[in-house]
Amino acid sequence: MTRPPRSSAPPTRAIEVRARVVPIATTIAGSATALLPIVVLSPAWPPFGLLMLLGWRLLRPEMWPAWIGLPLGLADDLLTGQPLGSGMVLWTLCLLMIDLLEVRLLWRDYWQEWLLASLAIAVVILGGWAIADWTGGRASVVLVLPQILVSILFMPLIGRLCAMLDRWRLATGKIRSD
Amino acid sequence: MKAPTRNRRPGFSRRAQYGLFLSYVVAVTGILVGLGLVIVAHVDPLGFAAIRGAALDVTAPVSSLGRGVVNGAVSVVDGIGAYIQAGSKNAAMARELDADRRALVHARILSLENARLRRMLHLVHDSPAPIAVARIIGSTGTSSRRLATLAAGTEDGVRPGLPVRSPEGLVGRVILSGLTASRVLLITDNASVVPVRLARGGMPALAAGRGDGSVEIRPLGAGNNPFHRGDIVLTSGTGGLYPPDVPVAVVLKRDGDVAIGWPLADPTRLDYAIVEKAYSGLPTPAPAAHAKP
Repeated sequence: MTRPPRSSAPPTRAIEVRARVVPIATTIAGSATALLPIVVLSPAWPPFGLLMLLGWRLLRPEMWPAWIGLPLGLADDLLTGQPLGSGMVLWTLCLLMIDLLEVRLLWRDYWQEWLLASLAIAVVILGGWAIADWTGGRASVVLVLPQILVSILFMPLIGRLCAMLDRWRLATGKIRSD
Repeated sequence: MKAPTRNRRPGFSRRAQYGLFLSYVVAVTGILVGLGLVIVAHVDPLGFAAIRGAALDVTAPVSSLGRGVVNGAVSVVDGIGAYIQAGSKNAAMARELDADRRALVHARILSLENARLRRMLHLVHDSPAPIAVARIIGSTGTSSRRLATLAAGTEDGVRPGLPVRSPEGLVGRVILSGLTASRVLLITDNASVVPVRLARGGMPALAAGRGDGSVEIRPLGAGNNPFHRGDIVLTSGTGGLYPPDVPVAVVLKRDGDVAIGWPLADPTRLDYAIVEKAYSGLPTPAPAAHAKP
């Protein structure tokens, strides 16, 4: 019995699975960075789950339907210990908002994407602050401003990371330049 | 420059149009469900304890693994600072040691006298036995709440509402417990209020968290601000829950009517914490002998 010649490319089925799983898994991994064993005094840790969501959404607008914010937001709530539902509501709202704005923009460039992401980050973090405030922890809004700033500055880096992961997840095999 | 996306406008395909419309319907419905969950969280902050406790149990080992590494890194930074200031620190510590020896002798005398007086009064000193001793393995870094994760859960007897302390001072109280992990509301959280008294003079006050690592100490009595920089506040035990005489914070500065303090149990350096029984206020008077049937 002769076997077909082994190709360096993974089978098509595996690529399809990888192409679907990688964005979701990396977003959840971003949320899971909140589990790192660091006890912080003020909310300074950027919400990497949200940043990954925005990174993927801006890179591949057609990849996810708008409701993807519901399961991913729920996972974020469970991992980061926010009140249940806050991530679901805010992430989905933010995806809908980007959909609405994207219809108006005909051509997007780097700066517009960063501005769009900054807007979304500010909305989600301030919304999360408002929900945490309403459900029992009265905090000054000044406390979350550094977090918004740090998250916005992290966004280009996350965009790069998403692009790298995107190349890997869709790669059908090794492409040699020589 | 990125070209406009075509897929958001599916053209004339009915199937694609319905699919897109349906995805928005699902998204909006989901938002409404999420809002419902938020309202439940507002009405009952401890709701869905089972789901959240289970998630906590699953994720706690991840945090617990790397804790030693982080502690090591913090110590290295502190160690470098200590070397730089070695000479002046040595002299200062020698002076402090002399003063402390005198204070220690004085304290021993006082504690002997205290024990004698207690025996005279037949007071039962109910030192609450610890329920569990566990590691603090993480905190909520992204949320504006200040909650820490403790590596002990209902299996070890940890229940919501129990006070948590460390050898240095008060840490907070348990608000959610899974099987093997629980969440602790730190005293620096905005929702935390601890009845305290000034160690010098016993003036009653309330220590409320400010969410940025410090606590606001608000005196209960009217009049001028009784606090000075360096004052230590202890729990008063008023109202139960927190046992009395646990150090809470040291006053950093006065700010109008209130004082800003820093918790003595520094949460970033916390390693082990002790979960104690809830303090039940004054010991209930023993039933009289003739009340027996």
